[in-house]
Amino acid sequence: MSTSKEVPERPEMLKGDRAVAAAVRSVQPDVVSAYPITPQTGVVERLAEFHADGDLDGEFLKVDSEFNAASSCIGASAAGARVFSATSSQGLKLMSEPLFTAAGMRLPLVMAVANRSLSAPISIWNDHTDAFAERDGGMIQFFAKDVQEAVDTVLMAYRVAEHRDVSLPALVNLDGYILTHVKEPVEIPDEAAIEEFLPPRDPHATLDPQDPVTMGPVGRPEHWTEARYTVEEAMLAAKDVIPEVTDAFAEQFERRYGADYGGFLEVVGPDDAEVAVVALGSVAGTIEHVLPDLEESVKIVRPRLLRPLPAEQLRAALGDVEAVGVIQKENSPGYQGSLAGELKSVLYATEDRPAFRSYVMGMAGRDITHEDVEAVVEETATAAETGTPERFVDEERWPQVDPDMLSTEVTRQ
Amino acid sequence: MSAPPEPETALPHDEDLFTPGHRACAGCAPALAMRHLAEAAGEDTIVAQATGCMEVVSSPFPESSWGVSWIHDVFANAAGVGSGIEAAYRSFSEQGREEFTDHEDTNFIVVGGDGATFDIGIRSLSGMLDRGHDVLYVCYDNEAYMNTGIQRSSATPMGASTTTSPPGLESQGDDTTKKDMPSIVAAHGSPYVATASIGYPRDFQEKVERGLEIEGPTYVQVATPCTLGWEYEPKDTITVAQLAVETGLYPLFELVDGELEDVREISDRRPVREYLETQGRFSHLFEDEEGDAVIEQLQDFVDEQAEDLGLDR
Repeated sequence: MSTSKEVPERPEMLKGDRAVAAAVRSVQPDVVSAYPITPQTGVVERLAEFHADGDLDGEFLKVDSEFNAASSCIGASAAGARVFSATSSQGLKLMSEPLFTAAGMRLPLVMAVANRSLSAPISIWNDHTDAFAERDGGMIQFFAKDVQEAVDTVLMAYRVAEHRDVSLPALVNLDGYILTHVKEPVEIPDEAAIEEFLPPRDPHATLDPQDPVTMGPVGRPEHWTEARYTVEEAMLAAKDVIPEVTDAFAEQFERRYGADYGGFLEVVGPDDAEVAVVALGSVAGTIEHVLPDLEESVKIVRPRLLRPLPAEQLRAALGDVEAVGVIQKENSPGYQGSLAGELKSVLYATEDRPAFRSYVMGMAGRDITHEDVEAVVEETATAAETGTPERFVDEERWPQVDPDMLSTEVTRQ
Repeated sequence: MSAPPEPETALPHDEDLFTPGHRACAGCAPALAMRHLAEAAGEDTIVAQATGCMEVVSSPFPESSWGVSWIHDVFANAAGVGSGIEAAYRSFSEQGREEFTDHEDTNFIVVGGDGATFDIGIRSLSGMLDRGHDVLYVCYDNEAYMNTGIQRSSATPMGASTTTSPPGLESQGDDTTKKDMPSIVAAHGSPYVATASIGYPRDFQEKVERGLEIEGPTYVQVATPCTLGWEYEPKDTITVAQLAVETGLYPLFELVDGELEDVREISDRRPVREYLETQGRFSHLFEDEEGDAVIEQLQDFVDEQAEDLGLDR
């Protein structure tokens, strides 16, 4: 049997949306549900072309809304099908209600999310407010740094989500425009290689009338807690499954993610760095580019997963640094960005809690420049040198806010 | 005089596909509809059901009344979930996946109440109809949100009192006419649209069977009185349902490819008033002239509808 190792794929220049679609074609899901939203649309457009040309065999549903993109995926997954959909921003919001139930019913489905800010004001540009608004639903959430990682993560997401111990929906986040609309050289594993990598679905139960089941019953107070607990358990199981799947992927395709951290974290820079910058997604690429120009000893710690949150790995990577600066493309009005809050919670259990700074940047497509990154590193390094209370402040900074555009005094720059 | 024979304490329900023991009220018409529906559809059936009374009463974990495969997701998306199930089976059959029952041999049914159908789930239904899924949609219509405690829906008839359309000094109950859902479904190009009533269960079952036989998205809307929300005695469920038909308020018809094919004609159509006075939800209409005017309005609406449909024999 030939494997992809023996027949390496030739890299193609593809935009992220096209590349993700090509990966999905190799998966050949039974049902794909498509609804347009910028900047995701290119994914489902390309899948529509594959379907029109006979290259995508399953059912291709041109649904009426993201609400029913998610709903039809749930129905199909409950029937035992392998499914795919994609969305962004408001579309993810519209999917939110059914997506939470997919987790509660332990129905695996895989979706690409081309991250975009949530209204208002309406904006088509990238940040992570959409993904974080869905944080507590029980969906696995991956974040990709580049187009190749987005492709590979979609493929790995199927194997993780459909694993019997996990059986949860999985979202693969890729930054809107920055990844969806930029061409990069990328290798797309072919159908034969994916057939080898991804075993057929083996669901716990299906709706097949040969063996009738009731799905989605009423959970009363005497049962609901346990149902929710199984979602928590499944997430914990995913922490075991993700390293296995990442290893299997690396073995077959020779691309390894999150080496030394079980697939959960990408760390670039010296192990004994004094300062760590934490960020999700493509901005890590920008930060990597700035690193060589910096005087400080800095490493980038990029979680590949938001849920399950790789707490142990984060502690291992961040526990010994002097200071942590987190760049977040989201915030939770009233108290900080969620990523900052979670990192602080993770670091609470470390012996020498590093100084901590959090920054809201890159909102709705505002570019994060080299200068922005340098300023973050510099300030974070300074925080390490000063004493309490400067080491650990509640308030996060909004360095990109333009005071001239506001009527109030800006206090968080 | 000899003692009468001991009554049978347990009726056999081994073969039922919607079994008793569910939590529905005494005299619940929707529960009857579920039983007749399951019986008509038979074993090779998958039901996707919206949130609502029939979902809640039939599936208190770990119990279930359903002998066919059944799934509930949320309030507004039963037609979307049903679409996905049907699409999955189409895909399985095309791939020759033998672990699944053949698409051809499987009945795909979506069930929703009037709130789930006329209001919150209309987008999902519209999409399912437009895409042409081979699914029968059954709406059990009890003319308000009964599960949450009798709030008006767009299926609520004019004049009905609900908890969100109460009568008062400046109100005669609900102030809009019932949404014409069968026409909306037919306008999507549905090959088969029918109305039915729990007062005529065999007719309902025949319409279910026909809806399942015809390929494509079909629709059966069954009138199912609610003893609690309509305020009548549980023993009167069937009588009330029949009166709705006999007064012309709930005409029974079949639209095939958008054309009126069959109407249950009425000889000696009875005045709407006779139906209204059986239910507490209309009692305020009998108190003064303003109420009387609403009754007149309803009668005019019914007369016009009867003429359009050729209801009078």
